[in-house]
Amino acid sequence: MNRVILALAVAVAAAPLLSQAAEFDVEIHNPTRGIYYTPLLVTAHPPDVTLFEPGSPASSNLQAMAEGGDISALVAALNGVGATTVANPAGGLLAPGATTLATVNTDSATANTQLSIVAMLLPTNDGFLALNNLEVPTEPGTYTYNLNAYDAGTEANNELRGSGTPGQAGMPVPPPLDPILGNGGSGAASSAEGYVHIHRGNLGDTNLIGGASDIVSTLHRWLNPVARVTVTVK
Amino acid sequence: MVFHKHLWVLLPLAATVAGCHSDTEFVFGPGQQDYRYQITITNLTAGQPLSPATVVIHTADWQAFALGDAASVALETLAESGDNSDFLATAGFDSGVLSSDSGSGVIGPGASEQLTVTARASNTTELHLTWISMPVNTNDGLAALQGVPLAELDVGQRQSYLAIGYDAGTEANTETAATVPGPAASGLAEGFNPNRNDVRNAVYIHAGVVTQADGLASSTLSGTQRWDNPIAVVSVERLQ
Repeated sequence: MNRVILALAVAVAAAPLLSQAAEFDVEIHNPTRGIYYTPLLVTAHPPDVTLFEPGSPASSNLQAMAEGGDISALVAALNGVGATTVANPAGGLLAPGATTLATVNTDSATANTQLSIVAMLLPTNDGFLALNNLEVPTEPGTYTYNLNAYDAGTEANNELRGSGTPGQAGMPVPPPLDPILGNGGSGAASSAEGYVHIHRGNLGDTNLIGGASDIVSTLHRWLNPVARVTVTVK
Repeated sequence: MVFHKHLWVLLPLAATVAGCHSDTEFVFGPGQQDYRYQITITNLTAGQPLSPATVVIHTADWQAFALGDAASVALETLAESGDNSDFLATAGFDSGVLSSDSGSGVIGPGASEQLTVTARASNTTELHLTWISMPVNTNDGLAALQGVPLAELDVGQRQSYLAIGYDAGTEANTETAATVPGPAASGLAEGFNPNRNDVRNAVYIHAGVVTQADGLASSTLSGTQRWDNPIAVVSVERLQ
């Protein structure tokens, strides 16, 4: 079955499955040294829906999440296809070392067999963590997944303070990051890649009042995975 | 994706298992038997020797550490100095630890070490494997495979797991010659220090080393000490 990238086009044709976990817990831990998550999107949806395809251009909805942490357009599109969505379970940013829990109850929405999770990573230009179309286990138990960092490919990774508005350069800087990031960087050489791919990581530098990057290399780099997810099927 | 399920290698038993169990100092409980595993750890890095391996067979009740929680002092000691003696001694007192062993020496980049461990249990569903070493050219790094279940492994079968790097969260990642105990530094580093001065007092996934080659002037490390995950591959063969 070819998946349809959400909000580019939508086809609702999934056949209901007989045995499906009606309710499951999704625990999300941020195991990074210094990367914040913007509001998380946790959603159970039909198999013919996906938030993105690696190697393909991001939808404008995904771009809004990856560049500015705005999940509202993705949530609206998911509601339109009958997905069971938990928006922003952490009630804002999820700090490094912190954990949040979302309980997903698909009730009679038996077509919602796939779990997807996204959130923007800060500080990045258009980086995000993703679990992309995981088939939710039906057997009761606890399942652990490691999530990688992706780059939406929609914005140049200049690593400078700037805007979270789609199409505008630079990174949004919410309060917890404001006192930590550098200032006055000249900008890392980069251009928008044009397709979703595994993030190459932050470059950063150790110069807080100049240098190429406003990202701090000793705080804001990572090695995958960037999230650990524990799904408990009851 | 499920990181530790990436490699599934099932091989026929290549050779008859030599030797017989001689550890008769333990008494079998009702329905118990010995399960024996050969553990092979391969260092996948370019320039991070791994401290002598710590291998633990344990029940689901024990864990070496939890992401987001503070490291024990024994784990801190291992992560800051590579010395696993306190960690093994502490683990030995835990009822959830069925068997443990230490490797014979440092596992160099590209090198492997093989250990054979035997655990007594009533069935394999209790058995989990944890491996820990310190990547010694770091402040407080850990390379670890954490509590993988051994229940599905039959005699003669082998399975490989990809391990990642963690940070004990107990020492600031200054990368200085005075704090990094490995051979890339001066050899005069202090190793364990009870102060906890990292970004937070909690175990997290290591972000890698920045190194002087990449602009951290205080670092004694070069680009060779950088790594990516997986940091090691751990192969487990059930012998008995």
